[in-house]
Amino acid sequence: MSENTGTMPYISFLHAESKHKGIFKWILSTDHKRIGIMYMMGMLGFLLVGITFGFLMKLEMLTPGKTLMDAQTYNALFTLHGVIMIFLFIIPGLSAVFGNFMLPIQIGARDVAFPRLNLLSWWLYVIGGILAISSLFLQGGPIDTGWTFYVPYSLRTGTNVSLPLFAAFILGFSSILTGINFVTTVHRLRAPGMDFFKMPLFVWAVYSTAWIQVIATPVIGITIILVIVERIFSLGIFDPALGGDPLLFQHLFWIYSHPAVYIMILPAMGAVSEIIPTFAKRTIFGYKAIAYSSLAIAFIGYFVWAHHMFTSGISDTSRFIFSLLTFLVAIPSGVKVFNWVATLYKGSITPGVPLLFVMMFIFLFSIGGLTGLVLGSLATDVHLTDTYFVVAHFHYVMFGGTVMIFFASLHYWLPKMFGRMYNEKVARWSVGLIFVGFNMLYFTMFILGYEGQPRRYWDYLPQFQTLHVISTVGSWILISGILLMIGNLHRGMKRGPLAGNNPWGGKTLEWTIPSPPPVHNFDEIPVITHGPYNYGDEEVK
Amino acid sequence: MSETITHNQMEHIHTEHVHRDDFGAKIGMWLFLFTELLLFGGLFLLYMAYRLQYSHEFHIGARELNIGIGTFNTIILLTSSMTMALSIAAMQRSRKGLSLFLLASTIALAFGFLVNKFFEWSAKFGHGLYPGSETLLGKPRGEYLFYGMYYAMTGLHAIHVIIGMIILTFMFVFIVRNSITSTNYIKLENSGLYWHLVDLIWIFLFPLFYLMR
Ligand code: HEM
Ligand SMILES: [Cu+2]
Repeated sequence: MSENTGTMPYISFLHAESKHKGIFKWILSTDHKRIGIMYMMGMLGFLLVGITFGFLMKLEMLTPGKTLMDAQTYNALFTLHGVIMIFLFIIPGLSAVFGNFMLPIQIGARDVAFPRLNLLSWWLYVIGGILAISSLFLQGGPIDTGWTFYVPYSLRTGTNVSLPLFAAFILGFSSILTGINFVTTVHRLRAPGMDFFKMPLFVWAVYSTAWIQVIATPVIGITIILVIVERIFSLGIFDPALGGDPLLFQHLFWIYSHPAVYIMILPAMGAVSEIIPTFAKRTIFGYKAIAYSSLAIAFIGYFVWAHHMFTSGISDTSRFIFSLLTFLVAIPSGVKVFNWVATLYKGSITPGVPLLFVMMFIFLFSIGGLTGLVLGSLATDVHLTDTYFVVAHFHYVMFGGTVMIFFASLHYWLPKMFGRMYNEKVARWSVGLIFVGFNMLYFTMFILGYEGQPRRYWDYLPQFQTLHVISTVGSWILISGILLMIGNLHRGMKRGPLAGNNPWGGKTLEWTIPSPPPVHNFDEIPVITHGPYNYGDEEVK
Repeated sequence: MSETITHNQMEHIHTEHVHRDDFGAKIGMWLFLFTELLLFGGLFLLYMAYRLQYSHEFHIGARELNIGIGTFNTIILLTSSMTMALSIAAMQRSRKGLSLFLLASTIALAFGFLVNKFFEWSAKFGHGLYPGSETLLGKPRGEYLFYGMYYAMTGLHAIHVIIGMIILTFMFVFIVRNSITSTNYIKLENSGLYWHLVDLIWIFLFPLFYLMR
């Protein structure tokens, strides 16, 4: 496990030549590392677009009544913000970027099982993104249904619904193909000696996620197609005027979209399980518990979807059952948090920037999780559903959870991907700004929602203004933190000091190869003899 | 699509570092078929819900469908599954000509299925039995939904038949160009799996719409 090949000359994947020229060297490349980076570029681009929409919405909420846009524009903004953040940013998420880049390396493989399919997934992602954005500029105006596309409104509205829906279908297809690829990769391409319980926990997480992608996504695929067909041919399937049942749409929609929240969060949890041992210099506590809890979350996650429908008019029995099952998901999630904290206990902790993000994650995600229980209880949900409380809750879990770990992973793996380091001091500043801004922006929303501010409204009662102003100022702080962070990462990637092969003292396989990795990752496929985080030697010393 | 380029790329990678993994390719295909089943699964769920809600109207709706054409099409698809399987078997025994003939028969049968479907649908349209028509709007909502489900499910299935034909045509070209051979026929096998799935789904659609009356 020594840092070999460090001084030997080699061709890094960043500079490798192929038969294509210029940009085609990248966009036609089947190298999993390049594809990972291309996903990263695309997703950061869409993140910035989504953030811009969020910024505009918060600006509108600075004063009661009209501040800078009319209600219809606000409707379009929250819909596109939601669609972009969900389908173009957080669902591909850590799997598409770091799963692509790191998973093959972490299991000692030279690429994924189907490299060309992988490239196709990326292309579908790009096409889906272009379609979603282009619907902005078409006749009829941008979609205004909210990212949930509920019928019957989505059947009746004159805005451009079909195109973004079709985009979501294509993105789903891309997600399915990635899932198939990763499942097969893990089954077929593990290095000799790497049995399932010697895999890094990030691999476990991406693997569980891949299964959810395969099993859940087709359901939303058909639902979306039916809405489009319904709009064109009025089959009646979801249209109450023709005998259809809109509740069935909601069921099918959430049968996918609840498991989708695990598509978002599981890879992030996997990355946490990488970062914590590295920065605490300790073997992860409860390896098997963490691995199995991923599977448990993936499994239970299938049977809780109707907690999004507590006020839609489903029977009391089903409401009771779904509420109970929802509480059960808290158990495997809790198992993970306790194991992470136990890993930190008595570790020799280096508070590097990735770990700071992880700390922030544990804090924010716990708030998000606990408020999730408030929404999972029937009595309180009736009061809080469709208010800002929900908006605050899902930003705490998705943004405070997944996106913070996305940021953490950018810092953690940047030196591996580009061989260069970001500026530590600037990074710390951005962490601080993001933390303060985030809580100002969203914690106020819990209070606003509790006091009765409904979601998806462009207007509010004058007594809510103080909190709205705090929230809006928070959005400015948060956004400056994010921009500072992206600027710092960009600078680090281009001009930062050389990082060396293993700047953090990580133990998983990616840290044994040069940074940036050579085209084929390993000159010789390693033979695995021990678990992924064997800090045992150091601990003895 | 860019099958020829990609094929070259494959060779290229092949010689470089990736070993051929037929078993892996099969895992991938089975996973994909699984997602196809789930895609139709959503429709089957809807069918079940509406059948329970409007069982009487679904009975009446089913009487309008032509069992003759349905049965004929079932036989056509079953036969095509057989020719497909035989085509693979012929390829395994290096009988290229026979394999091509059987594959062509499969494609022809698929085309026959679509022709029947076309006449069946046009007859329905002729009677004004299509979504949004005056006739259907005048009927009870349950019957309207029966036709909604009928067109949605058989329509999606027909799209799959068309995709299947395109894939099989590619396989035909591959065999002609010797990129599918008696030692390397995983593409043909996977396409066969896909074709059997298309067949299988029809086997469920047929009783649900034509026989349960
Ligand atoms: C600076 C960053 C962000 C700001 C300022 C922001 C702000 C907002 C605002 C004001 C709303 C609408 C509230 C309403 O009127 O109902 C909203 C909705 C939403 N946001 Fe964000 N957000 C940000 C980042 C994110 C991120 C990172 C995600 C996901 C990863 C996200 C996902 C969503 C979703 C799914 C909705 C619901 C849309 C709908 O109602 O259909 N947001 N956000
Ligand atoms: Cu949920």
